[in-house]
Amino acid sequence: MSEPVFELENTGYSYMDGLVALDNISLQVMPGERVVILGVNGSGKSTLIKIMDGLYFPTTGECRAFGVALTERQFRNEEFAFSFRRKVGLLFQDPDVQLFSPTVWNEVAFAPLQLGLPEREIKERVEDALETLGIQHLKERAPYQLSEGEKKKVALASLLSLDPQVWLMDEPTANLDPRTQGWVIDFLLSLADRGKTLVLAIHELEVAQIVAQRIYVLGEDHRMAAQGSPDEILGNNDLLARANLIHVHRHFHGGDVHRHPHVHKHDHHG
Amino acid sequence: MFFYRKDFVARTLAELTEALQRAVFTHRYARLPGLLQRVDPRVKLVTLMVFLIGAAMAHRIETLMGLYAFSLFLAIISRVPLGFFLKRVWFFIPIFAGIIAVPAIFNVITPGRPVFTVFRFPDPISLLGLVHIPAEITVTEQGLKGAAIFVIRVADSVSLAVLLVITTEWMRLLSALSAFRFPRMGILMLAMTYRYIFLFLRVAEEMFLARRSRTVGHTPAREKRRWIAGGTAFLLNRSYNLGNEVYLAMLSRGWNGRARVLEELHAGWLDALWAAFSLLILVAIVFSEKGIG
Repeated sequence: MSEPVFELENTGYSYMDGLVALDNISLQVMPGERVVILGVNGSGKSTLIKIMDGLYFPTTGECRAFGVALTERQFRNEEFAFSFRRKVGLLFQDPDVQLFSPTVWNEVAFAPLQLGLPEREIKERVEDALETLGIQHLKERAPYQLSEGEKKKVALASLLSLDPQVWLMDEPTANLDPRTQGWVIDFLLSLADRGKTLVLAIHELEVAQIVAQRIYVLGEDHRMAAQGSPDEILGNNDLLARANLIHVHRHFHGGDVHRHPHVHKHDHHG
Repeated sequence: MFFYRKDFVARTLAELTEALQRAVFTHRYARLPGLLQRVDPRVKLVTLMVFLIGAAMAHRIETLMGLYAFSLFLAIISRVPLGFFLKRVWFFIPIFAGIIAVPAIFNVITPGRPVFTVFRFPDPISLLGLVHIPAEITVTEQGLKGAAIFVIRVADSVSLAVLLVITTEWMRLLSALSAFRFPRMGILMLAMTYRYIFLFLRVAEEMFLARRSRTVGHTPAREKRRWIAGGTAFLLNRSYNLGNEVYLAMLSRGWNGRARVLEELHAGWLDALWAAFSLLILVAIVFSEKGIG
């Protein structure tokens, strides 16, 4: 059996002011797997994703990637940092955070440049990424001139040019119009078809339904509430209501008042 | 936008955003096939810095005028439109240099041969025995000359700095700074400031619009001041958080403090020629200064 890409054991993270962001989290991600971390805003999803990308370090427990514990000391080793950054890419929730270069072209070229790839390969990768995402016409533009959907595509292109084995994504489909959202989901599935490992931190159940092979649910208490297959998790209304991922709807039919859980889930057949 | 008319802060923010968008984020001139655009950014940085030092050391008005003419010549052969260049340079000079230079033309600050009298007091004034104001306030020849030298020196320095910035793409300029072992943290701060100042101006502008949309009638000045103070604190906090996030995003994609550009910097024959030419100009400056005896 192959080695897990990520292995978290009793991982916890507290901020400097003592605020707990994650409490006793254990999870595993296997190569080529599509894992969704479901949780409401403030449950600690973004912190968890950043721990997995070696940007934050656990205050308790351990996070191992490719069998190596991710620690500050480990990242001071340039060779390890170089190899890890080539293998793992992170899509930030706010594209403005990720687009810090003066033009789209520079942005997409940033990671391969930083990681010292040869000039010809960088140019090829950038052009391929721009073409795959259909944003060649934006390459001379500055990030502030882009719409939200375009920014998201540029952020994805900036990871695609790195071509990491593992894609960590924080709310990749949030704040997008339905067409762009659908496009991003298709893009994620195409990555999965290429054998990439996907870890998505999201709160949208319909996206989880389409993308996930396995789901971890983060509770509002910053602890792991459950894990299982999409059918097990998304079919458990009590669990979803406890995690604040669904809510009870009250509406009228003529003179009658109905109350039932409102689940944002689509059924897909065939 | 009609609602900007009366609100000084909102109007200033909107105009500042627009001006920054036009001025700071223009790559137009950095990509033109002019002379300075072709010079290796490291060579350009060093030579223009040498000229800057030359301008700071020069004391003769002829030398400084010569250097200014040289900067105009550089702008022309680098295909930078002269109107744009002059506007860019002379916009700030009256504000900053003028404030310092104007008092220096009077005999109160610079004694000397009077050119004309501005004001007469019945008697000289002495304030606490520390400050002495003569009975006749005059503009002096030495004062005028000193102020002119100061203003032209500032014009030289601003012109050279503007030429450096507008004829060099930002990442190449950072890369040149890296090559000279400029501290990594400084480069990082420059890079982030450049990218995010615009975003924050937009956020500030939107904050004002959001407030406008909820304001009916007249708001007392005290309340406005309180709101501006609160808004400033909010922006500061937000910029701090965003700064952290951006740094993480850069780390995540392999940033290790060294700015890299696609074309590795190569100094060629044109750079050697330019360096030699710059040396000649420097020699001319020195000789011009010596000429005073």
